[in-house]
Amino acid sequence: MGKLVPSLDWFRRMCLIRAFEREIHVLNKDGLVSGTAHLYIGMEAIAVGACAAMADGDFLTSTHRGHGHCIARHLDPARMMAEILGRSDGYCRGKGGSMHITDRSKGVLGADGIVGGGIPIAVGAAYGLRLMNKSSVVFCFFGEGASNQGSFHEALNLAAIQRLSVVFICENNQWALSAPFVATTAGGSVAKRAAAYGIVGEEVDGNDIDAVFAAATRAAGRAREGLGPALIECQSYRWEGHSIFTRQEIRQQEEIDDWKRRDPIERCRRKLIETQMASAEDLALIETEVGAEIARAAEFAKSSPNPDESSALEDIYA
Amino acid sequence: MRQISFAVALNEALKEEMRRDPVVFVAGEDIGKMGGLFKVTQGLLEEFGAGRVLDTPISEAAIAGLGVGGALVGTRPVIEFQFLDFITIAMDQIINHAAKLRYMTGGMVSVPLVIRAPVCGGIGLGAQHSQSLEAWFVHVPGIKVVMPATPRDAKGLLKSAIRDDNPVLFLEHRRLYAATGEVPSGDHMVPLGTAEVKREGSDVTVVATGRTVSLALAAADRLSEQAVKIEVIDLRTLKPFDMQTISNSVGKTNRVVVVNDGWRTCGYAAEIVASIQSECFYDLDFPVQRVCNKDAPMPAAAALERSLMVSEEQIVAACSAAMSS
Repeated sequence: MGKLVPSLDWFRRMCLIRAFEREIHVLNKDGLVSGTAHLYIGMEAIAVGACAAMADGDFLTSTHRGHGHCIARHLDPARMMAEILGRSDGYCRGKGGSMHITDRSKGVLGADGIVGGGIPIAVGAAYGLRLMNKSSVVFCFFGEGASNQGSFHEALNLAAIQRLSVVFICENNQWALSAPFVATTAGGSVAKRAAAYGIVGEEVDGNDIDAVFAAATRAAGRAREGLGPALIECQSYRWEGHSIFTRQEIRQQEEIDDWKRRDPIERCRRKLIETQMASAEDLALIETEVGAEIARAAEFAKSSPNPDESSALEDIYA
Repeated sequence: MRQISFAVALNEALKEEMRRDPVVFVAGEDIGKMGGLFKVTQGLLEEFGAGRVLDTPISEAAIAGLGVGGALVGTRPVIEFQFLDFITIAMDQIINHAAKLRYMTGGMVSVPLVIRAPVCGGIGLGAQHSQSLEAWFVHVPGIKVVMPATPRDAKGLLKSAIRDDNPVLFLEHRRLYAATGEVPSGDHMVPLGTAEVKREGSDVTVVATGRTVSLALAAADRLSEQAVKIEVIDLRTLKPFDMQTISNSVGKTNRVVVVNDGWRTCGYAAEIVASIQSECFYDLDFPVQRVCNKDAPMPAAAALERSLMVSEEQIVAACSAAMSS
């Protein structure tokens, strides 16, 4: 898999994430989603910008809100969708669902249903990779809610003391289900927690893909030089509710609308046009192509057979 | 054959596997310079260096995550919890991750992780350093659970656990560390999932785990004075356990006592009793007996501690009861 270059490819990836998530909404209304899904709409610049800083051989750990990271890492939307519908062609043959999509071959060590669960795993992966003399960097995504878990602090401490190559990327979407960031997070900043562990902490506008890419590139570069981990807090917002399962919404519409005006995709579009990297028509064409790709993915997922019942007891060893 | 201690046998297994496979590494609290609280990792730091022998912070969740993440990218971590009680802090990584990842990914990944921990009371450390929590782990699909009773098996089972591609919880009874016995040098392996008949007999089968195997053998000696012939089975692997060896024995003796030094209620012994009941019902001449630790937190005082723990006398009494009609 080639490295993303700052170009239309980023725009395409972000559009793909958004269209994918919107299709999940449609599939859910049709009663086809097996379980739940946590949509990434509004946060696309974080996954695409950060993953653009990844090199071949790098790994990432993801979260329950993981579709964006998978698409940014070029997983196949059709197989992702099949997994979300609980079908046999899904990445995990239907056994994982939305919260566990994994593709080790592309460095995606897995979405994770436990808030903060992936953070120590990222540290372990970095330790193992160093032991095998690999120069890989592990990108560890988590939400601001996870920064209040003990696992976050244990993992940052261990990564820092061992100078492991981990880029900790906090996606601060302001809300941990119904709990607002300010009411749950002492100190008012995740990035500043880096100082306690003696590592670089940086806060960026998570809706500005260039800013995310630049910060992730700096952090990964330092890690590759053996300078240890860094913590990047990306300020953003999830436009949708916590999950497609969670109907009630306690957030103020005004707040949601305010963040929608800072849409990361529209910002990218404006910038591409202003810098004459692309015309409005070029970008509209990309969106049309993305729409067609997602439609094909949905058709693939819907036509994928249910897993055979016998597979329910496969991969049981104890 | 040479005699070495249980702790030295474990140490030998670690050294041999680390020499054989450069991606095996150990991590835990005080395991490096100090060689581990119970000396199991002594000398590893000197031979293999700090990269493969990691003295960690007191961060059990991070230690477990180190193991899971390391295993996912192709190394073979052997992590140590200083006391099994401390694993409670790491349960998310073990139950929600290590035990689930292979299944949850449809077989895409596996987690070759060994989790070592001393288990059970008997040395006066009180309720937070004395628990036998094996029943928690055998309950959860996705974790193999091993509990050796002899230095020979300690070495052979640990080597097998390290070569296994799945998570293995390796429980070391802390009162066994100093026990000595014959242990083959070199590549001595004991496969996981196989029990061993430690003593043959025709009257009562005693199925025992860990340190209770030696108590069962002592009880068998005592009962032999009354011409009662006890067959003692050491399960060695608690999950997956060797039902065939149990069934063969019960088919011969028709009477069974199951011994485990964890708590009784929903304890490990309960599963063995239930399996015998359902698979060997028509072979049984008497209800299956169960000898376990009493259902109470472990007190620190030696006299109180003794009163709660499985004893040779209790095994003798249970065997006598099984022979009573």
